[in-house]
Amino acid sequence: MNILKELANRDRVFDFLAPADSPVDVRHGPILYMEDVTVSFDGFKAIDNLNLTIDDGELRCIIGPNGAGKTTMMDIITGKTRPDTGKVWFGSRHDLLTMNEPEIARLGIGRKFQKPTVFEALTVFENLELAMSADKRVLPTLTARMNGAMRDRIDEVLEMTGLVAQRRQLAGILSHGQKQWLEIGMLLMQRPRLLLVDEPVAGMTEQEMERTAELLTGLAGKQSVVVVEHDMGFVRSIARKVTVLHQGSVLAEGSMDQVQGDPRVIEVYLGESEEAV
Amino acid sequence: MHWLGQPFQERPTQLFIGILIAALAVVTVLNLALPAGHPLHVSTYTVTLLGKYLSYALLAVAVDLVWGYLGILSLGHGAFFALGGYAMGMYLMRQIGDRGVYGDPVLPDFMVFLNWDSLPWYWQGFDMAWFAFLMVLLAPGALALVFGFLAFRSRVTGVYLSIITQALTFALMLAFFRNEMGFGGNNGLTDFKELLGFDLRSDATRLGLFIASGVALALGYVLCRAIVGSKLGRVCVASRDAEARTRFLGYRVERVQLFVFVVSAMLAGVAGALYVPQVGIINPSEFSPLFSIEIVVWVALGGRATLYGAVIGAILVNYAKTVFTGVMPDAWLFALGGLFVLVTVLLPKGIAGLLAWRFKRPDFHDRHPGDGNLSREEATA
Repeated sequence: MNILKELANRDRVFDFLAPADSPVDVRHGPILYMEDVTVSFDGFKAIDNLNLTIDDGELRCIIGPNGAGKTTMMDIITGKTRPDTGKVWFGSRHDLLTMNEPEIARLGIGRKFQKPTVFEALTVFENLELAMSADKRVLPTLTARMNGAMRDRIDEVLEMTGLVAQRRQLAGILSHGQKQWLEIGMLLMQRPRLLLVDEPVAGMTEQEMERTAELLTGLAGKQSVVVVEHDMGFVRSIARKVTVLHQGSVLAEGSMDQVQGDPRVIEVYLGESEEAV
Repeated sequence: MHWLGQPFQERPTQLFIGILIAALAVVTVLNLALPAGHPLHVSTYTVTLLGKYLSYALLAVAVDLVWGYLGILSLGHGAFFALGGYAMGMYLMRQIGDRGVYGDPVLPDFMVFLNWDSLPWYWQGFDMAWFAFLMVLLAPGALALVFGFLAFRSRVTGVYLSIITQALTFALMLAFFRNEMGFGGNNGLTDFKELLGFDLRSDATRLGLFIASGVALALGYVLCRAIVGSKLGRVCVASRDAEARTRFLGYRVERVQLFVFVVSAMLAGVAGALYVPQVGIINPSEFSPLFSIEIVVWVALGGRATLYGAVIGAILVNYAKTVFTGVMPDAWLFALGGLFVLVTVLLPKGIAGLLAWRFKRPDFHDRHPGDGNLSREEATA
């Protein structure tokens, strides 16, 4: 019945005619496009007229003082928070505001939260196995079999995250940094097009930070990566382009040097934090 | 069906099945081949006692499946065990036929005593073995399905779930105590004569039941190993330790929990069905909350999340119970409680943990974090 009703509706493209998993269309450049997005919580504008474009394959760092709206922005992209006004497009085909969280995740937007949560009683390999895209209903999971292609994919991600030697170790005995990389690896198993990474180097040692920088810059190109980070040294070491958020909108955008020279940025953020460093 | 065959390729499972079969064979030979006066002769009384332990061991494996791997502490598994037992008991009652005290060809004695003139609807069909055996699986399975569906859908876990399972088994106990329920009230079902045409009092039948319990334990063990060794088993462990994260990966945790819970309840039902003909009675005391807690103590003593630990725990504790209640009946509960406290404090991983430590092999789970290449970098830096 529903299909008949849909057919009678002649002024739109029928959902069932469009392929269910239509690929993300990035022929026109950006993979993520946000225009005039505004969100307010009880009158407080957490995001105020935000305009942001991320190109396909780009590695972008987003910085800003506390309360600048970084987390809210991530929440909007992943569908956790709905904006009051504005447009959010993934490629030029998918309107993210019409989709729910699981749909957006399936489309290829992966998000790494600040605190790493890996399955400590399972090995690194098994953690990646569970994260792999597959039929996740009960009986298919019971009878699931690992094939060569899956094994190759896990090996590939182990290689990327530098955890080859730890593949058979329990995730619970990994160091803090290794857990963060494993978590990024678990996101990579789902072959995301866009990776949102929240404060990846908090609590890491110098060496771990270097490794993380290598990992993230290595990922860019194959997928787009958006990093929200407080550590200015780390941002300087990886970013080609930096966006500074302030009070819910973009204050400045450009290379690290350009941004650092901007007097408004120095006033609200860099000045204080440089002094603090 | 490769997932069902998987356990046969694992060394520990081969070892477990091997020991179990050897034990069954030795007991059978010692019972049949040696004369009654021989010092190594195993009496039929002992065989039946061992058969009872084996059915308890299967029950313990079922509890370990949900507690050890899924993190659901069920304090009501006695209910599923008892339901399976009642299904078997109803079949055995119908087999008595007109050999009861009152000689009624259809009605069990207690119904004649209560002046009932016909069988209640839920007693229909239990004269057929296939139907009764199906009910051994379906009755506990259906209860677990409804109970689990409601509990897991509402995301009731942890202590709250444990308390509800206690309430469930307690409520069932009170219900089964009532004569109007039609399950024999507080006397339960007893005075059984034969099972599938075999006289329950004959030595051969008792040996057969003992072997059947051993085989059921082996099959149940392999089934549980197959589940925990599959990808689904890893999802269980993942949801036990980080439920929200597992959901975030796209697994429907409540369905995984429901599936495993129902499988476990059915295994408990089979254990109950094997227990009843060996002890010769089923009554509402099997529903008592205390019994369900005792099962958990067996598993904790044996070692959680190992399956074989549950078997060891069930057999050892029940052997100790048999010995103790013979010597000092009043001290048994103190001994059980004391044992539980001692093991929790001194052997948090139970007897299985002690075995693993004693026969420690350098396999990957024991690898020290210092072996990783990053840590080596850190060490040289």
